Amino acid sequence: MTKLAVAVSAKDHRQGDKDAPCTLVEYGDYQCPSCGQAYPIVKRLQKHFGKRLSFIFRNFPLTQIHPYAEPAAETAEFAAAHEKFWQMHDLLYENQGRLDDELLVELAQALQLAPAQLLQALETKEFQPRVRADFTGGVRSGVNGTPTFFINGQRHDGSYDFASLVEAIDLVLE
Amino acid sequence: MSAILNAGAKAPDFSLSVNPDKKITLSELRGKPVILAFYPADWSPVCGDQMALYNEVLPEFQKFGAELIGISVDGAWCHAAYAKDHNLHFPLAADFEPKGAIARAYGVYRDKEGFCERALFVIDKNGVITWSYCSPILVNPGADGILQALEAL
Repeated sequence: MTKLAVAVSAKDHRQGDKDAPCTLVEYGDYQCPSCGQAYPIVKRLQKHFGKRLSFIFRNFPLTQIHPYAEPAAETAEFAAAHEKFWQMHDLLYENQGRLDDELLVELAQALQLAPAQLLQALETKEFQPRVRADFTGGVRSGVNGTPTFFINGQRHDGSYDFASLVEAIDLVLE
Repeated sequence: MSAILNAGAKAPDFSLSVNPDKKITLSELRGKPVILAFYPADWSPVCGDQMALYNEVLPEFQKFGAELIGISVDGAWCHAAYAKDHNLHFPLAADFEPKGAIARAYGVYRDKEGFCERALFVIDKNGVITWSYCSPILVNPGADGILQALEAL
């Protein structure tokens, strides 16, 4: 079974308690429609499992098929530098259908982040190394597309619908 | 189906079309490592797509000087359209006529379905297979195994 090569750490973006009995890691791409479908499913899982589940999101932009995946990932990392990662992450998925350069600026404004600073960060590729590090770590872990989930460090090869993920998480919580 | 060729076996040579005007010949790539990625078909769903993943990981493969070739039984015109649509930066070889002959030679053809397995081979600079892996047909094998095999060369 394929295992997470890069252990979860304080560098990760996390929702929930680090000592939760189950940690769900998603490698995702903001322009990937499948990740867009998985977004509300993860929200439901978090509601369903409450404090027993912590959730980590790592970047895995498929830049050759999704031209906005990389700038979107860098925008989320830019927001993270201002402690607004999750707000940006959620807004990106909630507005995935109209993802483009203008949307990135609009979302930055919505979160009271300076658009000029965002544009400069994108221009200078300030957050590209962070995104690349997530990506290469994902490749080493056997991420094979997006979204790829790891449940307590093991790749989840089954479907990512709500019932399948609940079943897989229940198994590690038993 | 015969068994998948394992490490130590000489990689069967081939000369296959990668588009309607161009062929690729394995033996002409001697001197550098080659990754062969057999896959069932072009046009499988985009996001979980194995070739799209390898396209992204290509710079990592190139750090080892390795050439990547995708192979399926799809024809050269189909490959050309698929590669263009997916913006692929590596060749796709058409194991089209006689259909699946190269997949058979590597022991990765599925007679019943008429396409090849999702199978990976890493071939060293002398044309010898150093690693092979056959994935369950519905599971994209990712790129971690390939990178480990390249590191071991």
